[in-house]
Amino acid sequence: MDKTVIEYIANLSRIDLSEEEKVFFIHQLSNIISYIEKLNRLNTEDIEPMSHAIISSNVFRGDEPVVSILREEALSNAPSKIGFFVKVPKVID
Amino acid sequence: MEYEVVVGLETHAELSTITKLFCGCSTKFGAEPNSQVCPVCLGMPGVLPVMNKKAFESAMKVALALNCTINKFTNFDRKSYYYPDLPKNYQISQNYYNLGVDGYMNIDVNGTIKKVRIHNVHLEEEAGKLIHPEEVGANYSLVDFNRAGVPLLEIVSQPDMRSTDEVESYMQTLRKILLYTEVSDCKMQEGSLRFEASISLREKGTEKLGNRVEIKNLNSMKSVIKGMEYEAKRQAELLDRGETIARETRLWDEVNERSERMRSKEEAQDYRYFPEPDLLPVLIDEKWMSEIKSTIPELPFDRRQRFMEVFKLSDYDASCLTEEKVLADFFEYCLSISDRPKAFCNWIINDLLREAKDRKLDIYNLPIKPKQLAALVETIERGIISSTIAKEVFSEMILTGKDPQKIIEEKKLVQINDEGFIESVIDKMIASNPNVVEDYKKGKKNALAFLIGQVMKETKGKANPKLVNELLVKKVGG
Ligand SMILES: [Zn+2]
Repeated sequence: MDKTVIEYIANLSRIDLSEEEKVFFIHQLSNIISYIEKLNRLNTEDIEPMSHAIISSNVFRGDEPVVSILREEALSNAPSKIGFFVKVPKVID
Repeated sequence: MEYEVVVGLETHAELSTITKLFCGCSTKFGAEPNSQVCPVCLGMPGVLPVMNKKAFESAMKVALALNCTINKFTNFDRKSYYYPDLPKNYQISQNYYNLGVDGYMNIDVNGTIKKVRIHNVHLEEEAGKLIHPEEVGANYSLVDFNRAGVPLLEIVSQPDMRSTDEVESYMQTLRKILLYTEVSDCKMQEGSLRFEASISLREKGTEKLGNRVEIKNLNSMKSVIKGMEYEAKRQAELLDRGETIARETRLWDEVNERSERMRSKEEAQDYRYFPEPDLLPVLIDEKWMSEIKSTIPELPFDRRQRFMEVFKLSDYDASCLTEEKVLADFFEYCLSISDRPKAFCNWIINDLLREAKDRKLDIYNLPIKPKQLAALVETIERGIISSTIAKEVFSEMILTGKDPQKIIEEKKLVQINDEGFIESVIDKMIASNPNVVEDYKKGKKNALAFLIGQVMKETKGKANPKLVNELLVKKVGG
């Protein structure tokens, strides 16, 4: 874990970090990773990767409409809007 | 240097379910912005997506129709990227256990059959719609989440196509399969069907694939072809100058017919896929699979081949009839009443199709039903009316929806086969056109056509034209 990795992750997450914060997160994330890395000591050969903790499958719903929430309600958390649209900073493509 | 173009296509098709993939919101197109949304498709914290069974089965149907191996265990994954049209900051998609893999589709390329391999078929959710305001200098975009969460099928081909003809045929064939299986309306203008092409060049005769470039924003089949031609030319020029092709994503600019490198997405190509913990895996057994398989109708490619072989129709006729499932169904319905394939084919692809287009109706919604068309064809074949009169009857049928027999009766259109009567008309025509008869005797063959025309006119088109011809030749001498 170094500065390049932190900057890469920050970029993916669309957040800006100050130089101090970068140092802080390098330290914190390194600790987390080395803690998790203990798992590597386990022998996982011939073990299927598990994707779920619940042993269940095939849960479906029918293709039946349910009334959606009101537009006012749907948009009440939007930081900015025009009419019934959510307004966001300009997206180039 | 001579290059070979190598193309693979990614196809996205919105499935025509009533509700979204993970919530009960309506998928209806064209609703007021943000009127078909709920906490699930808006990505509110703490909500739980539940899969729409119809959407899942539609996806399985297509995977089977494309000859894929169905994974007995399939799962959904989170594909993470930040974009304003994606409220959760991840898209629920499939990455590790796709629903269908290793399939193929046969396409017809100018009479030659080619197999294009399908890499995988998987199910995912659609993103919202971004609207860019027209006003100059606007520093914002607008988002409508009605589309967010609509079931989206992705079909990924192998890079097996080598020409624009192959790409064109692939798109048309796939579109027809999606329509025949009734999983998508395939309306490109509404975005229900979209293509992305990945294109690379390699020196002719070599095996190794060149660096590929992805082209997005291809809004019509025409743009796919134009974008592909442009990209192949661009890459060839670069290679000729000794430059290397950068692996990148480019956006097609339809107005200026050129592509431009897409910047913003490049840095976000790291999708960090991981299994979606909010959805359970889906296990597919043989029974379920064969149930879905049994709902797949005969596909257009096979149906066209059968029409050519069994009914002896031309490639053109068979292609026209199988263009849409309803047309082919209409045709076969008629055939179940009487065995006159060529006649039905002509009426359907010329007359019925024209009327349907003029009225912007589906062929089944025209007032003429298969039974009535069959009856019309029978009256012609049995010589009750001539084919000229038949057109008149047809026009009346399309206006009133009446049975042909009734129209023939009401308008007294039955063909005249009475030789004595026809001869009397012929005599009259010969008497009033001595010059024409003279011309004919001197060897001017088309003078006969004029006389036939006169007789037909006199009998209001009801005289049996074959009989008129025979009798006339006998009278004036062959
Ligand atoms: Zn919803």
